[in-house]
Amino acid sequence: MKADNYLKLTQFYQNYAAMVDQENWDAWLDMFSEDCVYKVQARENYERNLPMAALSLTSKGMLKDRIYGITETIFHDPYHQLHLVSSPLILSESDDGIIESQANYTVFRTKNNGIAEVYNVGRYLDHLRLTEQGIQIKSRLCIFDNEMILNSLIYPI
Amino acid sequence: MSHENPIPMTPIWEHEDTSRIPFWAYTDKDIHKQELEKLFYKKHWCYVGLEAEIPQPGDFKRTVIGERSVIMVRHEDNSIYVVENVCAHRGMRFCREKHGHVKSFTCPYHQWNYDLEGKLQGVPFRRGVKQDGKAKGGMPKDFKTSDHGLTKLLVATRGGVVFASFDHDVESFEDFLGPTMLSYFDRMFNGRKLTLLGYNKQRIPGNWKLMQENIKDPYHPGLLHTWFVTFGLWRADNRSELKMDEHFRHAAMISTRGSGGKDTQTTNVSSFKESMQLNDPSFLDVEVEPWWDGPTAVMMTLFPSVILQQQVNSVSTRHIQPNGHGSFDFVWTHFGYEDDTPDMTERRLRQANLFGPAGFVSADDGEVIEFSQQGFEQKPFHRSLAELGGKEIEETDHMVSETLIRGMYAYWRKVMGV
Repeated sequence: MKADNYLKLTQFYQNYAAMVDQENWDAWLDMFSEDCVYKVQARENYERNLPMAALSLTSKGMLKDRIYGITETIFHDPYHQLHLVSSPLILSESDDGIIESQANYTVFRTKNNGIAEVYNVGRYLDHLRLTEQGIQIKSRLCIFDNEMILNSLIYPI
Repeated sequence: MSHENPIPMTPIWEHEDTSRIPFWAYTDKDIHKQELEKLFYKKHWCYVGLEAEIPQPGDFKRTVIGERSVIMVRHEDNSIYVVENVCAHRGMRFCREKHGHVKSFTCPYHQWNYDLEGKLQGVPFRRGVKQDGKAKGGMPKDFKTSDHGLTKLLVATRGGVVFASFDHDVESFEDFLGPTMLSYFDRMFNGRKLTLLGYNKQRIPGNWKLMQENIKDPYHPGLLHTWFVTFGLWRADNRSELKMDEHFRHAAMISTRGSGGKDTQTTNVSSFKESMQLNDPSFLDVEVEPWWDGPTAVMMTLFPSVILQQQVNSVSTRHIQPNGHGSFDFVWTHFGYEDDTPDMTERRLRQANLFGPAGFVSADDGEVIEFSQQGFEQKPFHRSLAELGGKEIEETDHMVSETLIRGMYAYWRKVMGV
């Protein structure tokens, strides 16, 4: 990979984290292609080839519906997320600009009057499309190590 | 509920019926220990898993009953055994894998080895060591391996679901459920082989009984679960029934939307708020299945350990695993049936977005349980109210009642002796 593309890629990963942490859902949606896949899946299911995921969204429409649920219908304790995302590891790169890459993440959760706690730990497994206009997510799997989700998972990871 | 002595030394159920539930039922540590003994370890069948999780002889899955670690394993003769995960020697919880495939179980500490039924097979240095031609040390002459097996549980399997009991005098599983609950159990587990789709697991900081109550409470879904209402999956005036076994411990909430079929009532994705529509209607791409025989949702609470869910095409077991009085792990096992088409499997997976720790309509259940527990802990001398639909315990043909909660506590009081 060319160095300037790697720079774009690392910026993309950090930008994704920033948009999620800022609850900027329009910007989050913009990062995905129309036929995208977004899953938050326990490592146990992933490694055993069990298809069940905590969240399994298979179109941009579903992502929009999820945001509607998050902002309008699901009752939950308010909380902030803070992501730490490692620099990406390139797994493969095709001539037509499809990049397969992964990065480790840690998500801390802080509730009102609370202290930060480790909420979700895992890795992104991504298929990204590198274009003149920027990078788009074809698929993002968030494969998490936590055996137990701390009560509920509302916001995307 | 006198404020002069706000916390009774011995918990006393002061109200004459079960339409008032004292908060100490959720906050008292001794009550919790007694619940484990009286509800999880004696006289009850507890859920351990699905046969589909251990398809081959030697396959095992580690799980829990109450707060005791157990292993469900398939024997060479294909029968299923459940043994306690505690070595007979020094009490070590020897099995650390969540699942796997073994020929026998070995405790790593001193290599005590058990067959798949939990019988002790061998003990290293049982005859001691030979030094200068003499045997030294080892187990006493009267040591018998047959006296030192793993604790073996009684096992019941029905329709591909496995239950076990530490209590070998427990009534039969069929008698435990009673005819009404058994008919709903058999509706969902009608002999077709199950296929495992995977797990969702959440740790909920609340008393375990609150989850049973949540699924015995048809008052909240149309009010808390705004998503249900917005997209037309729930109406309080749906044709509905609340049913119980004769002891009132188990229950089923049964509801039927519209007239069934792929009509506007079942798959209507536009809400009563005309403007609201799903961007992707496949979340609610409901296909009526013949085995439903009417109801579009049946939620069964089998006391004390499991909830069995059929919500349109999403089917799962939800295993309640207490850890202390104020927390439990909630383990969802989603499955399908061997004759499912690939489309149906996809449909079940998509509809699972509605449920589980991230679900549109059950992420909020975990949250309200957490905040109920917080309320109980701050005001332990108080009580909650469950008198919707009256103070009696009776089956109903509508959803505007808390009768199932009253029923559960009538049974709970009898078993707990309070």
